[in-house]
Amino acid sequence: MVNDNISTPTLDKVLEVRGLGKVYGNGCPHCFDLTGPEHDTNICPRCGSVVAAHNLSFDLCRGEILGIMGESGSGKSTAVKALYFDEAPTCGTAVFYDQGNAYDLYALNAAQQRQLRNQRFGMVYQNPVLGLNFNVSAGGNIAERLLMSNLSHYGEIRQRATTLLRRTEVLTQRMDELPKNFSGGMQQRVQIAKALATNPPLLLLDEVTTGLDLSVQAAILDLIMEIQQELGTAMIAVTHDLGVIRLLAGRTLVMKYGRVIESGLTDQILEDPQHAYTQRLVASAL
Amino acid sequence: MSDQPILEVRDYSKTFVLHEQGKTLPSSSHVNLNVYPGRLTALIGPTGAGKSTVLKGIYLTYLPSSGQLLYRTANGGRVDLATADEHQILALRQRDIGFVTQFLHTLPRQSTEDVVAMPLFQRGVERGTARAQARDILQRLNLPERLWGVSPATFSGGERQRVNLARGLLAKPRLLLLDEPTASLDPKTTDRVVELIAELKQGGTGLLAIFHSPALVERLADAVVELAPPPGTEHFFEGTTP
Ligand SMILES: Nc1ncnc2c1ncn2[C@@H]1O[C@H](COP(=O)(O)OP(=O)(O)OP(=O)(O)O)[C@@H](O)[C@H]1O
Ligand SMILES: [Mg+2]
Ligand SMILES: [Zn+2]
Repeated sequence: MVNDNISTPTLDKVLEVRGLGKVYGNGCPHCFDLTGPEHDTNICPRCGSVVAAHNLSFDLCRGEILGIMGESGSGKSTAVKALYFDEAPTCGTAVFYDQGNAYDLYALNAAQQRQLRNQRFGMVYQNPVLGLNFNVSAGGNIAERLLMSNLSHYGEIRQRATTLLRRTEVLTQRMDELPKNFSGGMQQRVQIAKALATNPPLLLLDEVTTGLDLSVQAAILDLIMEIQQELGTAMIAVTHDLGVIRLLAGRTLVMKYGRVIESGLTDQILEDPQHAYTQRLVASAL
Repeated sequence: MSDQPILEVRDYSKTFVLHEQGKTLPSSSHVNLNVYPGRLTALIGPTGAGKSTVLKGIYLTYLPSSGQLLYRTANGGRVDLATADEHQILALRQRDIGFVTQFLHTLPRQSTEDVVAMPLFQRGVERGTARAQARDILQRLNLPERLWGVSPATFSGGERQRVNLARGLLAKPRLLLLDEPTASLDPKTTDRVVELIAELKQGGTGLLAIFHSPALVERLADAVVELAPPPGTEHFFEGTTP
């Protein structure tokens, strides 16, 4: 009788992840029974494989920011790396919906995956060394990504790179400098500019503000929210900072030893956590 | 004025399970109430009666333990918020259901004006228009103009409360939850709030509110619901937990 008639026009699904998992090592039949939060480990005691992530399932809609929180080693980066094709998952599916098409990500061939990664996904890595080419300038990093899409006119590329750097508040006079000359916050902003170069509908952010000064963190969080609102970009934000989760994410997954132990609306996760582990995590952050 | 409630809370209960302390803490027990379009229902009761819990329960900041939270949508459909999925709740929060609390979580560099205009931004209102409306309501709530362009992060309790109210009221939601919205305001600003709430009621918003003063209940409430502390917690707030 209820929940019948609600109109939800904003619910354009961008991503549908089901049963995603990643095991490092050969694995054995006991890996999943003997790891996880109840066993206090992600290492299988029988075969020594690492169950980095197991059975992740979630949906992501247009304009939504999904938070993934959890302590070090819980599998947060593993999840986004699998989605960005950095690491092939051991099992599970992910379907990406884009411009009327549905892409079954792990059934695509390498060329198709590369194309999505270059044009429709953006990634900001925890470590800028992974996200930036340190042998070319800030502007060159953005140009590289644009060249891999469809822009090839030098003037246009330079123009777009300038716009992006201005948008992310990197002094455009410095666009011809190498990233190694930049502070951590600036490198992160160049990474964001690079990730945004093709206006991707899906943005993956791995600890995007970790290790930065508070004022720089503020500027970056601000930028991310602006992008979400203006472009409707769907994002997954991985972080162990509950403050960042509270500000950015509408919904949040909590991970421990490779498993999602709880998920919900972010304010609910922070104010009425159900799982003992989350209760402890939230209490200790107050 | 419609006789159909915009919100029916039926037999709502909430018990917190605190794993670390090995405790369960009943907070609301068998609450029933209605909110109607264009009217204000006031929640009253002693400390520990679970007034704020009920509001947070309706907003789904707290997961319900049992009961129904039946919300009537603009097109006449009904949603049980207690079982709706998270995306539905987020969509309703964006367009339909507002909550003014005493807490303010804002982005670090965001100006007060933008904080207040945010719900309008999110609905796609043009930024200039939204900001003009934000300034207008900040003016009405007597927030000094020199504060409009800066972040509310360092504001006093009373200033923050005005920002919260400005944002919640400007959004003109169909259902508005208010948790002691005037607790740290001076009488003149409180009068302005009363005025603005009356305007919202005229516009058809249904309100469910907790006020710190009986005088405000008197001035604003069309119906009053009294909550009692759930059984077994009578002593909890007297510092003599059994
Ligand atoms: N290439 C690899 N080979 C073996 N184990 C790996 C490999 N990469 C990651 N792991 C393991 O997988 C688990 C999950 O790692 P992951 O990087 O996803 O954690 P995380 O949640 O991102 O942690 P952090 O907060 O420290 O970044 C860890 O136990 C890690 O040691
Ligand atoms: Mg990581
Ligand atoms: Zn094993």
